[in-house]
Amino acid sequence: METMVSIKPLLAVLVSLAAVAPIAFSGSRPNRREGWTFGAGIIKLALILSMLPTVLAGGEIRYTVAELLPGLAIAFRVDGLGMLFALVASSLWLVTSAYSIGYMRGLKEHSQTRYFAFFAVALSATIGVAFAANLFTLYLFYEMLSLATYPLVTHHQDHEARLAGRRYLAYILGTSIAFVLPAMVIVYQQAGSLDFVRGGFLAGAGLSPALLGLLFFLFVFGFAKAAIMPFHAWLPAAMVAPTPVSALLHAVAVVKVGVFAIFRIVTGVFGPDLLRELGLGQWLAILAAITILVASLIALSQDGLKRRLAFSTIGQLSYIILGAALLSPKGMTGGLVHIGMHAYGKITLFFCAGAIFVATGLKNISDLDGIGKRMPVTMAAFFVGSLSVIGLPPTGGFFSKWYLLQGTLQAEQQVMLFVLLSSSLLNAAYFLPIVYRAFFCPPAECRVHGPLREAPLWCVVPLVVTALCSIGLFFYPDLFRRLAEIGLGL
Amino acid sequence: MIGPEQYPAVMIVVPLLAAFAINLAGLIDRRFCYPLLLLALGVAAAAALAVLGQVMRDGPISYRLGGWPPPMGIEYVVDHLNGLVLVVTCVVAFLAAVYSKRSVERELPDKIPYFYTLFILAVTGLLGMTITGDAFNLYVLMEITALTNYALIAAGRADRAPMASFTYIIIGTIGASFYLLGVGHLYIMTGSLNMADLRTILPELYTTHAVIASFIILLLGLWIKMAFFPLHGWLPNAYTHAPTATGCLIAPLVTKVSVYIMARLMFSVYSPEFSYRVFGPAEPVVWMAVAAIVAGSLMALAQKDFKKMLTYLIVAEVGYMVGGLWLANRYGITGAVLHIVNDALMTLCLFFTAGIVVYKMKGHAFTDLRGLFRKMPLTMAAFTVGALSMIGVPPTAGFFSKWYLLLGAIEAGQWGFMAALLFSSLINAVLFFKVIEIAYFEPCGVQHGHDGGQAAAHDVIAVDEAPFSMLAPLVLVSAALLAIGIYSGSLVTNIIQYAVPAGF
Repeated sequence: METMVSIKPLLAVLVSLAAVAPIAFSGSRPNRREGWTFGAGIIKLALILSMLPTVLAGGEIRYTVAELLPGLAIAFRVDGLGMLFALVASSLWLVTSAYSIGYMRGLKEHSQTRYFAFFAVALSATIGVAFAANLFTLYLFYEMLSLATYPLVTHHQDHEARLAGRRYLAYILGTSIAFVLPAMVIVYQQAGSLDFVRGGFLAGAGLSPALLGLLFFLFVFGFAKAAIMPFHAWLPAAMVAPTPVSALLHAVAVVKVGVFAIFRIVTGVFGPDLLRELGLGQWLAILAAITILVASLIALSQDGLKRRLAFSTIGQLSYIILGAALLSPKGMTGGLVHIGMHAYGKITLFFCAGAIFVATGLKNISDLDGIGKRMPVTMAAFFVGSLSVIGLPPTGGFFSKWYLLQGTLQAEQQVMLFVLLSSSLLNAAYFLPIVYRAFFCPPAECRVHGPLREAPLWCVVPLVVTALCSIGLFFYPDLFRRLAEIGLGL
Repeated sequence: MIGPEQYPAVMIVVPLLAAFAINLAGLIDRRFCYPLLLLALGVAAAAALAVLGQVMRDGPISYRLGGWPPPMGIEYVVDHLNGLVLVVTCVVAFLAAVYSKRSVERELPDKIPYFYTLFILAVTGLLGMTITGDAFNLYVLMEITALTNYALIAAGRADRAPMASFTYIIIGTIGASFYLLGVGHLYIMTGSLNMADLRTILPELYTTHAVIASFIILLLGLWIKMAFFPLHGWLPNAYTHAPTATGCLIAPLVTKVSVYIMARLMFSVYSPEFSYRVFGPAEPVVWMAVAAIVAGSLMALAQKDFKKMLTYLIVAEVGYMVGGLWLANRYGITGAVLHIVNDALMTLCLFFTAGIVVYKMKGHAFTDLRGLFRKMPLTMAAFTVGALSMIGVPPTAGFFSKWYLLLGAIEAGQWGFMAALLFSSLINAVLFFKVIEIAYFEPCGVQHGHDGGQAAAHDVIAVDEAPFSMLAPLVLVSAALLAIGIYSGSLVTNIIQYAVPAGF
């Protein structure tokens, strides 16, 4: 396995940060301002793609920015896992930027400059987490992401946003300071290093099982962006944000940063062998299973479309965590691939929710009966997104769920197989009626009537693109699968 | 000719003479005062940097004042520990001086020469306390600093400041008396006042009651001076009601220099082994530090006034440093010394912000912060960096000293101290986001959001930044907080690790 040193990971992180100043200074020229966003997004994606061949060949790219203490550095390492996540996040940033134009201008939102500037910061932080070579660097960018998304979540600056922002920070910043920070310091003090090593580095550090167990759960709950119950309540609250924020950050970047961090803890800090030996994987799987089922049940009862999507996300995030917790090759691969598959599916659903809001001002599911006649393209995309989240062909979600199911068998956890299957049923039960009522609701009961009037093109095109990608990923899932397998060393 | 070997004296003598010069220049034209102040502090800062460079190159420096050999004459000693503190003091004082121009013109228009005379005398006192190698000389300079501080504070708001200053005089004098009493004990026992000399004589006497008593009395004096909970009562009012320029000078420096002197006593007058043994194991002091951190944080939480909240945070931060020094391991001491640097800059950053708020909004209650993110985006961005550093978010400086302190706490098995540090981080997060919320969301009651917002709420508040002489130092400090954070590794390996006494 070759390791090369290159500044590219740092550049990939910094490019969107560098765009913040030009974005801020071209506030009076919206087109030029969004030009900077697209420019940064394209360069970022190109930089990441340029590293792809090395990673696919089994190599790694490293770069150390500054050594702070022995064994503690701001350093980047691009491996399969990070590449997978970075690809998903950076490609969807471009799509979301286009969608943001349609959404924000369509609604004449205030402070759009601030919005685009902090979006760029958030993407820097996301890529920083993806490429972090050690726990400290990951923590640094994790915190940066929490803070950069605060102005986005509270964009409306009204009372509701204020309360949601308070809850957002209380959960996310609170847990990271109260749980992750001490756990990280203890690991550093005991093991002398925080560098992710495939197979983990805590196995030989001579910590007692009780302490290891404590540390593990400090990390799992501390990375509350993964929204494992009972640390999930920030996510539904964060739905006060403008929809593109919910779409990219609360279906892709922020929440996936949480599960990605847990994946790193499982694969790079503790290592599957140690977790299996201590029986910790089992406990994590149980937590994930509870979250999956409870979140799906709550989603059933939500009438706000975005809130339903939020609870669906909470459940789907725990799919990924369950994949990690199974500690079996197929399960972990499935979990990682699900990061990508779920991202494309869920972002489509959020885009649709936003498009509906822009075109009609409706937010509640009970008001959407018959909307298929007015917005057929949007609702068709919604259908595709639902299929992907449920895990049905012909969408990418089928592929990752297939791997997860196989993973449960490989790990001999039949109960988890049952959990996944019942969750799929629940997913179908809370998504498909929306689609059905949109298209086939009896005319007398329709709340929305034609004529055909879609949201602006800037909104519709992105959601069609992501829906098509979801279908495409069913036929070509190999890139994500290979990256996951390379990252896991399979 | 003044060669590099004279720089330690330059650092003290130039500000001291400048105090006279400023006063005299004020008789001719008060516009001369400010440039003179900057010039003198600039020279002192350059000298401090040069001296620190010398120390890093050649090791500790000893300077005999007037050529008199110690222990008879007064000796200035600069090693890695106080070399760093001297630089921090000079830089903070210089920035505070730059910043002070507009606020002094506004708040004390008739007293500019006198104010600046006292200002630079206070800096002289602080630098002298830091550089001196003589325990009694230290007392003299401590009194110079304290007396100028009383006057600087009393110049504040006529209804509150004199009373706050008077309280400070009483309590501060008690603290100084304790210190003098302790030095007296030492002199009676050893016949010497030179620190290095004491260090060699004292070990034979470590078991005597008089020496143990002297240590405790000295500590009590210093704890009063540094506002170590529960001896902090004088600080909040004094710092809240002081004029802006005073607050920006003394809030970052006085407590930090006192902490440095405690370290100097523990390591250079007495031995670390002795210091950590006096209270049995050092644990009781760490628990006192825990109390300081928790109490300071909680009292800060109860405030409705921005500046007053900051003063209680100083009380909590003193707990960080005292606790770190008494953890009795390398990590703890490193963290405490690093925190002296970081906390001086953080406090400076926050008091600069408070000063700008006072300058622009004519008050420092929470309600005066409304709408500030719109009105002064740069000021608030810099403030946010300072706030994040107080919370301890990487890569700001505050994270790294907290990191060392946490490591030290774990190594010493002081779980209470670790919990207190985390608790204080969380409380700081609450405090500062409370402030940020007010500045970001309010004024309430105006419709924001989808359509009307653009016209109604957001164009009402036009951008109206602080004057350049206030904004520039603030932005510099917040940039320094980031830079020191990212390069804290080299700060530790090049300087602070040599400040930790041997054997740790």
